[in-house]
Amino acid sequence: MAEERRFRSASGVPIALRRHQHSASCRELAVRGPRLQLRSLSAATSAVWLAAYGLFAISENSMVLSAAIFITLVGLIIYLHFVKIDQESLLVIGSLGIQVTSSYASGKESTTFIEMGQVKDVVINEAIHMQKVIYYLCILLRDPEDPQGVSEVVPLFQSSKPRLDCLIEVYKSCQEILEQRKTAPQ
Amino acid sequence: MVLKVFFPSCCSSADSGILIGRWISEQSSAVILAVLHFPFIPVQVKQYLGEVQRVTKVSVSVLGSWSNSKQEKEESLSEFLEDLGTIFCHEPWIQISKEGDSKFWSCSTLQKHSKNPQEEEIILVYYDQRKVMLSHLHPPLDTADQGPEDASKLSAIFDTVARSQVLFMTDRYDEGPIKLTHWQSDGVEASIIVELLKQASVPACMLLTFLLSLLSGICRSRVLKFWPLSFLWSKLSTCEQLGHRLQHLQVISSNKKAQNQNQLMRKANIFVSLLVDVALGILLLSWLYRKNRIGHLADTLIPVADHVAEELQELLQWLMGAPAGLKMNRALDQVLGRFFLYHIHLWISYIHLLSPFIEMILWYVGLSACLGLTVALCILSDIIALLTFHIYCFYVYGARLYCLKIYGLSSLWRLFRGKKWNVLRQRVDSCSYDLDQINPLSYGGVVQTYRLPTYSCYPRDSWASLCKKLFLGELIYPWKHKGDKQN
Repeated sequence: MAEERRFRSASGVPIALRRHQHSASCRELAVRGPRLQLRSLSAATSAVWLAAYGLFAISENSMVLSAAIFITLVGLIIYLHFVKIDQESLLVIGSLGIQVTSSYASGKESTTFIEMGQVKDVVINEAIHMQKVIYYLCILLRDPEDPQGVSEVVPLFQSSKPRLDCLIEVYKSCQEILEQRKTAPQ
Repeated sequence: MVLKVFFPSCCSSADSGILIGRWISEQSSAVILAVLHFPFIPVQVKQYLGEVQRVTKVSVSVLGSWSNSKQEKEESLSEFLEDLGTIFCHEPWIQISKEGDSKFWSCSTLQKHSKNPQEEEIILVYYDQRKVMLSHLHPPLDTADQGPEDASKLSAIFDTVARSQVLFMTDRYDEGPIKLTHWQSDGVEASIIVELLKQASVPACMLLTFLLSLLSGICRSRVLKFWPLSFLWSKLSTCEQLGHRLQHLQVISSNKKAQNQNQLMRKANIFVSLLVDVALGILLLSWLYRKNRIGHLADTLIPVADHVAEELQELLQWLMGAPAGLKMNRALDQVLGRFFLYHIHLWISYIHLLSPFIEMILWYVGLSACLGLTVALCILSDIIALLTFHIYCFYVYGARLYCLKIYGLSSLWRLFRGKKWNVLRQRVDSCSYDLDQINPLSYGGVVQTYRLPTYSCYPRDSWASLCKKLFLGELIYPWKHKGDKQN
């Protein structure tokens, strides 16, 4: 059972939240950002090539042009593989753990798995980011020494930065599953 | 409560049989290790499992049944599988079945003695058996004394698979009453090259150890330990670096197997760093020995040394005059200046004496770059240190004189305040002086104070050239120690 809704990110960019309920104790929440726009790609490429052509006109060295092409290609590959995150998803399986996946535009996926025993809670926090105050969702990890303490805070959806309305949906879905572990004697 | 079943991915295409594994009741999870195929005799199965349990200390038992029917679901087979539950009574009895080419499996449990007969949820986790067996989930440091079950839930799963290696020895194709399917059924992995390397590495290691012990015996011999030589060895960075490398080689070529993962990683780390070092050194060697670069280097070395000496002489002449308008003590000035000038003259004469041999020396010394890039950089640093030795001498002389001056002044200052350095107690005590003790001492104190600026100029002005030398030395230092990376 999957449903998709549109929201906006903290910087105004449209994003989509897809909720998948696999079973009573398993939910998948995926936030998808916008794809790489053709116009921004063409704008960046034209800017680089205009600059290279200007340099070539001044210096009469044709290496500048080939260097510009090379830089553009390499820069695009690096951007797609290391910087541009297409989709961030959260898979919550009650009694097993939480898996956070980021998929990059080149297809690379990086995942982190947190065991349910280490998860204390999932909360919405406020933070000062650049010149704004934004809301973000994070997982609080239990401190092994201090049962009431928090040892680590893992922020989620860092690159898509959804706004509060989207975060509330995600928060409610997560809490439904996390509450089950209080009722069930684990 | 949610039931978790960990199923190995290699068994998904196995024929029908019963599931062998471990049931962890605290977490309500079943870790399936292998599938045992028909036909089997229950008594023999129980005996085999008892033996495995004794050897591995993992409580393996029969957990359920697995049916992979290529045709439609047969009623008789399913009843037979349920009846097996009565023979190998295990609570709960897990039944997993896959039909034909269907992508979906059905997984159900039979609870005979359950208190609440509700439909419970089952989570099936597919795991790669070989990778889980070989991985080591690090437990948190403070719970290291507790058993692995207490640390975290997943580490119990990893631990179970890692400890049951004995179970993976027998296969479905072996003769015997027990026919199992697990990760080894896909084909025991082996590589001829790896096996050959393993066989060849033992005598190679022994030879290397023998050679290294000879070498270290020579190095530690009494001949090389006399005072001037031992001082020289400790100052030259090349010797230090070679000593480190020898130690690394000894670690790698030792015959004992690594005790734990840390030691294995350290050995592998050292081996890879040695390889990279030697590869870069040979690259440098091949670049350096082309187009007569050594000759060019040797040709430019002498003019550069001459140029530096000329600059220093000009600097000293300037100091002996009136530097920056300061009026210095004439006699002292001339003495120090002439002393340093003579020093430079001596040094340049030695360099000129060596000049015909420089190219040959450089050629042979450059060959040692094949021992590694770090050794080459150490040699470069030593060469620079030797060439600028005279500057270093100036610094030492000037600093020593300055030090003496400062000590003298401070003790005279203490005299003015009426205090004295107590050598026995290593502290400053008050003391009363007589008049005839005070007069010459205070006269000397005033004279020393007026001569202080002259002394302080000398070490300070060669600081500029000293800084140049130190800067180059600092650049080379991290390169030198790149080679001995530790965990």
